Amino acid sequence: MEDRALLLEMFRRMTRIRQFELAATNLFKRGQLKGTVHTYIGMEASGVGVCLALGPDDLIAGTHRSHGHNIAKGADVSRMMAELLGKETGYCKGRGGSMHIAAFDTGSLGALAVVASGIPLAVGAGLAFQMRGEDRVAVPFTGDAGSNTGNWHEGMNLAAVWRLPVVFVLENNHYGVSTNIEDVTGVTDLSVRAAGYGVPGVRVDGFDVIAVYEAARAAVARARSGEGPTLLVTESYRFDGHYAGEPEVYRDRAEVERWRANDPIVRFRHYLESEAGVAPGELDGIVSEVDGDIEAAIAFAKSGPEPDPATAMDYIYA
Amino acid sequence: MTAPARDAVSLGSAAPRMSPTLIRQVPDGIPATEMSYQEAIREALREEMVRDERVFLLGEDIGKHGGAFGVTRTLFDQFGPERVRNTPISENTIVGTATGAALVGMRPVAEIMFVDFSGLAMDQIATQAAKLRFMTGGQCSVPWVLRMPQGGGAGKSTAAQHSQSLEVWFAHIPGLKVVLPSTPYDAKGLMKAAIRDDNPVVFLEHKLLYSFRGLVPQEEYVVPLSKCDVKRTGGDVTVIASGYMVWHAMLAAQILEPEGIDVEVVDVRTIAPLDEETIGTSARKTGRVVVVAEAVRQYGPANEWAMVAIERAGALRAPVVRVAGRNSPIPFANSLEKGVWPDTQDVVAAIRQVVAG
Repeated sequence: MEDRALLLEMFRRMTRIRQFELAATNLFKRGQLKGTVHTYIGMEASGVGVCLALGPDDLIAGTHRSHGHNIAKGADVSRMMAELLGKETGYCKGRGGSMHIAAFDTGSLGALAVVASGIPLAVGAGLAFQMRGEDRVAVPFTGDAGSNTGNWHEGMNLAAVWRLPVVFVLENNHYGVSTNIEDVTGVTDLSVRAAGYGVPGVRVDGFDVIAVYEAARAAVARARSGEGPTLLVTESYRFDGHYAGEPEVYRDRAEVERWRANDPIVRFRHYLESEAGVAPGELDGIVSEVDGDIEAAIAFAKSGPEPDPATAMDYIYA
Repeated sequence: MTAPARDAVSLGSAAPRMSPTLIRQVPDGIPATEMSYQEAIREALREEMVRDERVFLLGEDIGKHGGAFGVTRTLFDQFGPERVRNTPISENTIVGTATGAALVGMRPVAEIMFVDFSGLAMDQIATQAAKLRFMTGGQCSVPWVLRMPQGGGAGKSTAAQHSQSLEVWFAHIPGLKVVLPSTPYDAKGLMKAAIRDDNPVVFLEHKLLYSFRGLVPQEEYVVPLSKCDVKRTGGDVTVIASGYMVWHAMLAAQILEPEGIDVEVVDVRTIAPLDEETIGTSARKTGRVVVVAEAVRQYGPANEWAMVAIERAGALRAPVVRVAGRNSPIPFANSLEKGVWPDTQDVVAAIRQVVAG
């Protein structure tokens, strides 16, 4: 790939996700972050490859595991961290927390923590874009497990029938909580499910940010040209358990280590240095810059006010 | 709360009949057209679609076919397949698609063929649409209307999976507004208000009322959401009801008038958020309260109204009497069906009981 600025932005956003997730995990383990944290570590190439193929007016629908999707789409890590700490200065003013973190100002339809419930929202947004003749695309993210829900199948069907500008991104991280996708699904290549709806199904290495980006770009171009939806399966893996601190009794350490050895950020860095001619120092500079952003985000989050209990009933009705 | 004996009264063959003249909402001299409840809803949809191009309809068989109850008939011909959209049988996705479109500025009106099918869509209704604005700290709003026919009775025999009254399923979820009109006038005005509202509004239409006719003003009007309506003023007893039960209440009031019992009827035409003020004011005034709901007795809407009356009125002059559907699925046979739904005679008996109490 020739576009040097884009390559560096990919690296920056992947690194930003990784560092954000490590910081969030750390805060969670120290008891400073309440609730639960589902990290995106190991999956950075998937979200970044997809979101950098989108324009600012395109929208994503997130899940319970959407810190990475938001950052990939350009969300501010300070307001995100503040949300994780339940502060009024967070994106959702402390009403959402980790599972519902959604930055509407950078193109979100929300983060819905019931598996695949964001699918029809993206279908509806795509319908609105089509009805208004807008050159915009909606992208719902789901994991492998989401492709066994009614939401997913109904949404694929409706988007196909109406030829909506929707790109269904299915991040196959292989586990729905503790259940391996192969134990609950009749096909191993999830992209073949698209055929049942007359939709192209594309399968791509979710550890390769450039491959994801290029596949997403083609799917987005197809959607923009009015040809309808695409199913994009990114073969991925979550390095952490379902949530931070989860015991992971259902998978072998060796399996995790095998995947970790193929770390998408390490791999991309190697590519940038050896094939794209980026000096290690420049990448180190990006890493330090990101580290600084995350430190600032933590400070911003910690110093922010907690929501006033008197406002507990706000935002229920418009 | 105590229940009246079911067969305490017999109305006999000379009893007054259910008639549109029981409720008059358009003052003399105002140009008005008589139309059915079904037509009134359709006219509201038509006017709002003409007024606002963001408004569109989606649901099963709502196009040429006009929907299971004909409410959208002719709208397909007027507005075309873009704005009157037939969907697959995918209830959860019908609602979720409406939510997604609403999030980006459209004003969808979705239809689920029977409220009984809403179970298939409950995730999108109760867990997504109702909570999106709240859990994003006000970053978005979900201005949709979800139309669903409900209720039954009168020998229509649609049995257990096409006849329920489920308003409390939705009323129990903060973030939703729930509307249940009782007259053509209210149906039209509330539908227009619901479409213009920035929140998800569950709009329940009583199947038996579709054919009920009444006067509707020719001039544009909107009936505000979240307000009860005093359908009849009276000083002795407050009867709180909604939907089809309002008609039973009105008829009961007429039956008891010759006995010198002066009944006030409060129509809970928006179920949620509940207008507690109007209920409280009426209960304070009369000191005697009967609550009437078609939905099953256990945890039903009437119980909420009774509690509000008790909380707001202070000391009532008699215990509240409740009239409600029995704790049963809806049976098929007419003879059984009659035994499940409340009737005018139940309301009459309840009023006599609360007056005697």
